[in-house]
Amino acid sequence: MQSQMKESDPILEVKNLFASTNNLPILKGVSLAVYPGEIHAIMGRNGCGKSTLSKIIAGHPSYNITDGDIKFSGENINALEPEERSQAGIFLGFQYPIEIPGVSNLEFLRVSTNARRKFLNKEELDTFDFEELVKEKLELVKMDQAFLSRSVNQGFSGGEKKRNEILQMALLEPKIAILDETDSGLDIDALRIVASGIKKISNAQTGIILITHYQRLLDEIEPNYVHVMADGQIIKTGGSDLALELEKKGYEWTDNFVKET
Amino acid sequence: MVNENLVKDVVKEPYKYGFVTDIETEKIAKGLNEDIVRLISQKKEEPKYLLDFRLKAFKKWQKMDEPDWAGLGYKQIDYQDIIYYSAPKQKEKISSLDEVDPKLLETFDKLGIPLTEQKKLTNVAVDAVFDSVSIATTFREELAEHGVIFCSISEAVKNHSNLIERYLGTVVPASDNYFAALNSAVFSDGSFVYIPKGVTCPMDLSSYFRINSGDSGQFERTLIIAEESSSVSYLEGCTAPMFDTNTLHAAVVELIALDDASIKYSTVQNWYAGDEDGVGGIFNFVTKRGKCLGKRSKISWSQVETGSAITWKYPSCLLLGEESVGEFYSVALTNNLQKADTGTKMIHIGPKTKSTIVSKGISAGNSINSYRGLVKMGTKAKGSRNYSQCDSMLIGDQASANTFPYIKSQQPNSEIEHEASTCRISEDQLFYLQSRGIEFEEAISMMVSGFCRDVFNQLPMEFAAEADKLLALKLEGSVG
Repeated sequence: MQSQMKESDPILEVKNLFASTNNLPILKGVSLAVYPGEIHAIMGRNGCGKSTLSKIIAGHPSYNITDGDIKFSGENINALEPEERSQAGIFLGFQYPIEIPGVSNLEFLRVSTNARRKFLNKEELDTFDFEELVKEKLELVKMDQAFLSRSVNQGFSGGEKKRNEILQMALLEPKIAILDETDSGLDIDALRIVASGIKKISNAQTGIILITHYQRLLDEIEPNYVHVMADGQIIKTGGSDLALELEKKGYEWTDNFVKET
Repeated sequence: MVNENLVKDVVKEPYKYGFVTDIETEKIAKGLNEDIVRLISQKKEEPKYLLDFRLKAFKKWQKMDEPDWAGLGYKQIDYQDIIYYSAPKQKEKISSLDEVDPKLLETFDKLGIPLTEQKKLTNVAVDAVFDSVSIATTFREELAEHGVIFCSISEAVKNHSNLIERYLGTVVPASDNYFAALNSAVFSDGSFVYIPKGVTCPMDLSSYFRINSGDSGQFERTLIIAEESSSVSYLEGCTAPMFDTNTLHAAVVELIALDDASIKYSTVQNWYAGDEDGVGGIFNFVTKRGKCLGKRSKISWSQVETGSAITWKYPSCLLLGEESVGEFYSVALTNNLQKADTGTKMIHIGPKTKSTIVSKGISAGNSINSYRGLVKMGTKAKGSRNYSQCDSMLIGDQASANTFPYIKSQQPNSEIEHEASTCRISEDQLFYLQSRGIEFEEAISMMVSGFCRDVFNQLPMEFAAEADKLLALKLEGSVG
């Protein structure tokens, strides 16, 4: 797939991954490697397994890995709890961020950030220091401070929820961020804010996987690689022009690849 | 489905107040009859009116049947197998704390309620009750300067007899119910509070109830009177050792608020709940009621109920005074085989009276957690309003939650609003928090305290932190 030589080791390496839920196979041999500084896009029809792949990398308990490996910084993480993966630097931006009634967003963000900081042997932040930090990060996603005193995602609009996800990414400074349809449900302005936030957070050391249906996010953040998934497999990998071609020809065009494999 | 075993681990909690104080006690013989009632009264050197009050209550109790309408299904209580008076042996008259048995001071120290001058809590006055007697009350002189009386009810009988004679049994009459009648006959100790006209009590008052003996019941009685334009915040805490038998705790609490007075009564109840198989634990059958006698008076109950094998209580408000206000904020957490049947009665009698009910029930394990409440609008309660909100949270798939709201209105010109919800901690919520680096146990306790936030916001500051800790502890797993 990625035949050229890389200077460093991959941040994330998925090797021939098979996974199922309730004995129903969802992933049927996915392989993928993300190196520092790279942006990957995964596209494909609904139900092709792209969201499942992201949840499995983050450690969702409803899925069983039946074969293959997920390696993070060279270590196999198949058996790690979701919180251990997050603390180590894996971030999943949810397609549908979950509402947690009664839990203040500020406290949630602080506990979460401190869990990561603790892992990195950085000093944990008290409420005051954390507020300073979070104010700075709010700028990135153009969020109002009022968001902090509300319950986690409760009563947030679709766009606000997605921006809250990017805020979490900014605070956690992950090594790899998998953003599951972060662009869905966003208007043009919100999409620009989210995209510019992602670009500012990422750097030469981080990797990003964008899961999306649409070209418009990829217009804002140009990927190094585009993967097309169908029926639990990556059936084609190319450069950013692959997404453009897909946009033009539709997923029907990819049906032929399935037959080839 | 959320991983069942993990949840079980998380809600399992060692009870850290389960120790027994080894102390010589003076106990009277087991059983209940007229002589026992007379003996208790005699031990406390009570005036005749009080003995008569007890004897009348006892006669009524004998004619009453133990209620079973709540369907709590507990083992029949043998009232002849209970010791009705048990007190640690100490000097006849204690003039200062130095003369209190160090073992008792140590006990309260261990419970986080230091009583001695050097260590006592700085902003809360404490009345410490051990089995049937009050051990000590702190800050009495400071309070006396403001005219506030805070002492054990036995002392109040001796020193403020006129107030006792005037108010005792006026909110909860002896004939009110089976357990109130029993308490009226045999009550041993408890706290008495009197706030004079126009005084805002300079500090929170608190009673700490400790059951130590396994074979004696605790029947405490609390009476709080807030005169015109006065206010007080009162806190109550309870723990007991672990015994494999059930101990009966049947208390009566009466509150009286006159014109423009306000009483805030907060409880953190953590009696021993029995083990995982439901063996042992306290039967907590309590009658708590407040009378808003004066205009614009206010009584606010807040409770965090986490202990007891069975809790059966309905802190209530009789809203007599025009524009008087009643509030009830409750968190009840049950686990294993615990049963809780709790709620409130808001009886609107006067015009333009207002009541608010916020109840949060959390059931884990095989427990049963019910909210039972009555809102009644009397014929004269014109322009009165009630708002009720009852939410239940289920943890695991073996626990149950019920809501029984009763509404009676005889006044068309009044408003009653009721909202109810039931939720379950979902796997998606847990995964979301975990995927942000938050450990499983912390995620659950975060969601539980989030669920309870409306109620915790009503608790006094130091109590709110305590309650949060208590729930977290109750939910803490072997991993943490």
